[in-house]
Amino acid sequence: MANLADVAKMTGPEASAGTRTLSLWAGGVSPYGIPHKKLGMWLFIVSDSLTFSALLFGYAYLRNASANWPHPFHMWPSIAVSTLMTFCLLSSSLTMVLAVHHAQRGNRDKVVPWLIATMVGGIAFLVLHGNEWRVLIEEGMTPRKNPWGDAMFGGTFFTLTGMHMFHVLTGVVYLGVIAARWAGRRSDATDIEISGLYWHFVDLVWMFIFPLVYLMSVNQGGGH
Amino acid sequence: MAAAAHEEAHEPVGMRVMYFVWIWLLALTVFEVFLAYKQVPLHIMLVALMGMSIVKAALIVAYFMHLKFERLNLVLTLIPAMVVAILLLNTFFPDSARLGQLAIFR
Repeated sequence: MANLADVAKMTGPEASAGTRTLSLWAGGVSPYGIPHKKLGMWLFIVSDSLTFSALLFGYAYLRNASANWPHPFHMWPSIAVSTLMTFCLLSSSLTMVLAVHHAQRGNRDKVVPWLIATMVGGIAFLVLHGNEWRVLIEEGMTPRKNPWGDAMFGGTFFTLTGMHMFHVLTGVVYLGVIAARWAGRRSDATDIEISGLYWHFVDLVWMFIFPLVYLMSVNQGGGH
Repeated sequence: MAAAAHEEAHEPVGMRVMYFVWIWLLALTVFEVFLAYKQVPLHIMLVALMGMSIVKAALIVAYFMHLKFERLNLVLTLIPAMVVAILLLNTFFPDSARLGQLAIFR
């Protein structure tokens, strides 16, 4: 068994293995058994989940108060395209899992291609979403008015989906930086894993926006 | 021992499970779209969609984000407080019914 001085020097999985016989809270060791960078990302994700919860709550609050909430999304093309966007994000999460998988197994050459595949999924999402914004704006929607019903729809829609798009864009840049650093041997498997946590979280948020904003506002024919 | 623990920490699940989770996420998404297509009544729709969204979120957090395989310490630090904070937002929700009575929203 490692002595306490050795344990204090250890980080990551080795620390958790060496300290199993010691109290987790004895000091000098991590009670969570993860690197501090990863804990930092987890704490950011928790705080960011509260941000998105507040935005989704604001959307639900105003919608519940409204007697005339717009239903601008037709099954074709709006819902079909947003389903494709969901597919892009879910699949990019799978390619991210593959990048982490290969990074942890030391398959150096396979990490960057999977990170690029993940970025392509994110970019496809952004292009499709940007096009959807363009169509809505051309139909006369602004944050303050829209041709279909309650004016608040535009403000909540653009804020919620805009915030999410900003996160996807940030994620694509983040993955690009991490991929470049991996290629230059300046990042390790933990860095890839942490960028993966962020990416999966952005995917997770969309799993709430897609049903609550799109699927709950499907135009069933007969006007808006 | 350290090497074995390293394996355990980094490789608790194979890729097979991850593909399986991905297929489940896609299947739930398709079912959600199907409900929208079938024009299910709004309240049933809301409960069904939120239920499936929570299942999907749990799958992503547990498997893709690996939380199922982290120490319980970490899970208990992150998740319960977050869930309580999110649920507390609902304190304000009944007020939206009052807002609905105001002329500005009619």
